[in-house]
Amino acid sequence: MVARKTIGEIHFGILSPEMIRKMSTVEVKVAETYDEDGFPIEGGLMDPHMGVADPGLRCKTCGQKMNKCPGHFGRIELVRPVVHSEYARYIEYSLNGFCPKCGRPLVSDEEMKRIEAEYPPKQRLKALAKKGANVKKCPHCGFERQPVRLDRPTNFFEGDRRIWPTEIRERLEKIHDADLERLGFDPKNFRPEWLVLTVLPVPPVTVRPSIVLETGERAEDDLTHKLADIVRINQRLKENIDAGAPQLIIEDLWDLLQYHVTTYFNNETPGAPPARHRSGRILKTLIQRLKGKEGRFRYNLSGKRVNFAGRAVISPDPMLDIDQVGVPEWMARLITVPMHVTEWNLEEAKRYVASKEYPRALYVIRPDGTRKRVTDVNREELLEELAPGYTIERQVIDGDVVLFNRQPSLHRMSMMALKVKVLPGKTLRIQPAVCPPYNADFDGDEMNIHFLQTEEARAEARELMLTPKHVITPRYGGPLIALTKDYITALFLLTLPWTRLTKEQAMDLLYAAGITKLPEPDEDGLYRGRDIFSMLLPEDLNIRFVSRLGKYLVETGLVQKGAKKAVVSPITVIENGKLIKGVIDKAAVGTEKGVLIDYMYRRYGEETVRRFITQVSRMANRLLYMFGFTNSYESLKTPPEIDKQIDEIVDRALQEVNEYIRKYKEGKLEPIPGRDLKESLEIYIMVTLAKAEKEVTNLLKRYLLETKLDPVHILDNYAQIFSGARGSFNNIKNLMGVQGQAAVREKRPHRGFQGRVISHYKPGDLGPFARGFARGNLRDGLSMEELFFWGMGGRMGEVDKGVSTQITGYYYRRLANAMMDLILFPDGTVREVTRDVIVQFLFGDDGLNPQKLRHGEIPVDVIYDKMVAGGKK
Amino acid sequence: MAAKRSILDHVLVPKCRILSEDEVEELLKKYHLTKEQLPRILESDPVVKELGAKKGDVIEFVRNSPIAGKALYYRVVV
Repeated sequence: MVARKTIGEIHFGILSPEMIRKMSTVEVKVAETYDEDGFPIEGGLMDPHMGVADPGLRCKTCGQKMNKCPGHFGRIELVRPVVHSEYARYIEYSLNGFCPKCGRPLVSDEEMKRIEAEYPPKQRLKALAKKGANVKKCPHCGFERQPVRLDRPTNFFEGDRRIWPTEIRERLEKIHDADLERLGFDPKNFRPEWLVLTVLPVPPVTVRPSIVLETGERAEDDLTHKLADIVRINQRLKENIDAGAPQLIIEDLWDLLQYHVTTYFNNETPGAPPARHRSGRILKTLIQRLKGKEGRFRYNLSGKRVNFAGRAVISPDPMLDIDQVGVPEWMARLITVPMHVTEWNLEEAKRYVASKEYPRALYVIRPDGTRKRVTDVNREELLEELAPGYTIERQVIDGDVVLFNRQPSLHRMSMMALKVKVLPGKTLRIQPAVCPPYNADFDGDEMNIHFLQTEEARAEARELMLTPKHVITPRYGGPLIALTKDYITALFLLTLPWTRLTKEQAMDLLYAAGITKLPEPDEDGLYRGRDIFSMLLPEDLNIRFVSRLGKYLVETGLVQKGAKKAVVSPITVIENGKLIKGVIDKAAVGTEKGVLIDYMYRRYGEETVRRFITQVSRMANRLLYMFGFTNSYESLKTPPEIDKQIDEIVDRALQEVNEYIRKYKEGKLEPIPGRDLKESLEIYIMVTLAKAEKEVTNLLKRYLLETKLDPVHILDNYAQIFSGARGSFNNIKNLMGVQGQAAVREKRPHRGFQGRVISHYKPGDLGPFARGFARGNLRDGLSMEELFFWGMGGRMGEVDKGVSTQITGYYYRRLANAMMDLILFPDGTVREVTRDVIVQFLFGDDGLNPQKLRHGEIPVDVIYDKMVAGGKK
Repeated sequence: MAAKRSILDHVLVPKCRILSEDEVEELLKKYHLTKEQLPRILESDPVVKELGAKKGDVIEFVRNSPIAGKALYYRVVV
């Protein structure tokens, strides 16, 4: 039985000298640690009364050996008292708050009452000291006093006279318990004179173990070194006092003792030079042990570390499945997984034990718990012995379930379960489609892998955490594991209406996806790309949606009634598992929207989607080997009519802007409600220019969709933009149209010199060019000034990126920590774990699981199709 | 000014009423709760004062929710 105890109350206080002596087992008088024979010296810093750090020896206090003895405190009796440097401020407050003669507060009783009423206990002493510091005459005994000043770190002065710790202690002793209580102190656990140390506790040797080096030498802990300094100076001070040395020498040694005690507590005390090791290394003393990122709290207590984990750089492998992770062979050899031997897997277990190479057992564990390493010597023996009830620890093999994680772990998809695929090489590998949930890329990212060790853990991970179960994110109810970048480009190229393939090409693509059937060819013996793609779709799939390209076509008016008929249908239609109209692009298989993946996931389930993504990515990969796409300077050229139109749009806007500026200068500008004239002008200008930029964008968009959507030009990288794989029409505007307005903090650049941003313009020039409007573009180049303005905006972007991720990251962390112990109960209520207190009566007020919704809406179409199809089948 | 207005009529104040003892019992039974596990509302809250609820009373709020339209919440007066 575990004895359970409840904590009644906790007292916070300062150790009294009496207490320090009581808990001490030995007085340390010798600065040495071990004698010539290597035994600890009695009365030394390694006195065996304080516990033992060497195996074999017994503690002289509790009589136990190294691993049982908890360690015991010792003490150093200081010949002269010293100030506790960390409490120097409170000593100063106490000296300034109380009369040195009668020990009463330096304020009237009424004032004391006011302090008691107005301040919380924590601030009362400080408040009293503030009032008392300038009091010349004690209101209680009439003693004429002078203010006390603290000279950091530990010296006190009254006027010009130094007051030594002995005198400080005397003064503090006079303070009445009753007054302390009124200030919020508990005199039983805190007396101000305890802040001046007369005896110093020496921590047990277990706290500062010495290390035996390979050479047989002992290296002492930093704390032991520091304590040795204290003992040494303490002894010297004692000898000098006993010998009647001059006051000056004694005071020097006293100060030295103070210094050592100060740095023993905190070796980063402001005003005190840090104490160094003989080698010149700065010693790590008490506070340094606890403080900061590498201190006891953040490093050892809050920081958790685990076994059976690995970390490596990640790289892509398009041949993997979305629920697979490529584990480098060296890692698989290193890490083991326990396998419980039963009568059903006995043969398999024996194979691992018998094997001398890679998938082999490293350990055999008997039912009684004894663990045997499998060696060449005992292999046969263990093999003979192996029976149900045994456990073997075998190396990681294909199919083992692991957790895979990338930091920062911002949502639940940051840690998903995957199945191991052992591969040659040194990196961990993933299918690129699982990059978005991890927010991973391959520019040097590293990820963590955890090899699950129990059957329960594996089952739980498999049922809840496998990647196919997280294709749809609960954040916005759409696919997050979906195809990206080049896969989208490839599918787009494949499904364009004019894409036709030879038999060899068709077979190559289908085989890459693992399909060994061919669709019907056209009369000329060629295969349509969309028919090849259709082979990957379920046979009863019926869906129609507007593709990304379709959206662009509609936006530019290219498919409006009466307009020229578009070459590609804006609507993608799939009937009975056959793509008959339109293209497959970002709207179909990309993240966020991904209509096709979304529908297939909800309709057919995760297994169908898993296979679909795998097959599609392999096929797409293969296709890009065949087709490829490129980009050239030539492809960015625009005909003179377009250039002329762009110029007209920009000129018109510039003229308009100049008109605004003229009106502003004449004072005729109409202000916008809630804004002053200057602000209004800025807004007018920004709006006008932004409108012009938008016009240029739309002009180019229309031009490109009209002229580049054909078998030849599409390979000039336009497939990427048209399909939504990468790049936007805004990028196109910057390349081929105008770079446009540079912005710093959502405003035109305005800081720099007086009245102007750069010295190439006249002061007071508010015109577009003086304030960062770039008429040039990236194809033809920017002028020097234009480039500088864009540099300003770019710089702000980089700074923002760094700063805002930090700030929002911390906000997020606080929210996550506040909400992490809210749980969803089976009755739909959200409650707090410890007391089951209700937080929400119905989860999200609607009781719906956002992962099952589509962008927050119930996917009625899927429900309908499932019911109808279910009825038919 | 016309007759005294009640803060309960304000658009931003959710509709609320004090539950009867039977209703409270039913509520606690439904969620397997003790009164201490309900969300709380201070006796000094203006709405509580206006309703005249006493310590230990349970108040039902009909909140407008952007997602669910309406959501019922219960708070115990402390």
